[in-house]
Amino acid sequence: MTEAWIVVIAVGAATVAIKSLGPVLLGGRPLPVALTGVVELLAPALLAALVVTQALATGQSISPDARLVGLAAAGIALWRKTPVLVVIVAAAAATALTRLLV
Amino acid sequence: MEDRPARSYRDGARAVAALAVAVVGFGVSFGLLARSAGMGWLAPISMSATTFAGSAQFAAASILGAGGTVAAAVAAAVLLNARYGPIGVSVAPWLEGPGWSRFLRAQLVVDESWAVAAEGEGRFDPRILVGAGLTLYVSWVAGTAVGAVGGRALGDPAALGLDAAFPALFLALLLPQLRNRRALLVAFLGAAIALALTPIAPAGVPIVAAAAACLIGVRHS
Repeated sequence: MTEAWIVVIAVGAATVAIKSLGPVLLGGRPLPVALTGVVELLAPALLAALVVTQALATGQSISPDARLVGLAAAGIALWRKTPVLVVIVAAAAATALTRLLV
Repeated sequence: MEDRPARSYRDGARAVAALAVAVVGFGVSFGLLARSAGMGWLAPISMSATTFAGSAQFAAASILGAGGTVAAAVAAAVLLNARYGPIGVSVAPWLEGPGWSRFLRAQLVVDESWAVAAEGEGRFDPRILVGAGLTLYVSWVAGTAVGAVGGRALGDPAALGLDAAFPALFLALLLPQLRNRRALLVAFLGAAIALALTPIAPAGVPIVAAAAACLIGVRHS
């Protein structure tokens, strides 16, 4: 078996296990009250982390680039209450245009 | 769990339609990258079909391509996917039915499907989750197949600005979540933790660590 297939099988099995853990063990039951307050705040914490890392990080370095122009365009579009489709297209177009010109 | 007026699977598909285009583009680039990293064509497609998590797959393929060890590639990918532990716990109360059905639907949980299914205050719509997850799954696997089997004629995703589509979507999903001061504080903390750890921690750890912000948020309420 090649290295590639070992990686495919190991990563696939681990990911399936990680994703299943909560839903298979806890599925359909409400969380303990002590946990609900924490889980409620998981979305803002992880989404904010995803915004900054996807916009600023390249591997392990923080390297601001044309993605920031796209994120700014998205911010303006969201402020103007445009639909999400337009927000995403605006971000990609602003980033592509910046890369073309700079 | 009470039954709520049902939103349909189609509503979930519609919610990620724009993003699905970007996901196809990224699937193509993953297929190309994995092929050039010496993974052949079937292994990358199999990986997209079983792992279904872009960042982890990119990390594993690029480590292999750079001559890294199997252990390093697997460790990076597993760390990147560790966030699906807490994410799975957050959707678990809303996934009912037999174990095999919860198991299968759990595989459709990715950042984007989870985020569009969030209704705030810890509520999730399982139909939106599945509709969005399936749409993204098909886009991701099809894109990978095109990239791995097809050529380089499809253009560079970076030149098309597709990499900016992801932070833009996450920003669009984050803003409605910031409905009180506590959520705002937690968002700032999560972002700060992720940025502070990016240069020093292996890829994936900063996102997992950012989840700790919600604990701090509760203590300070």
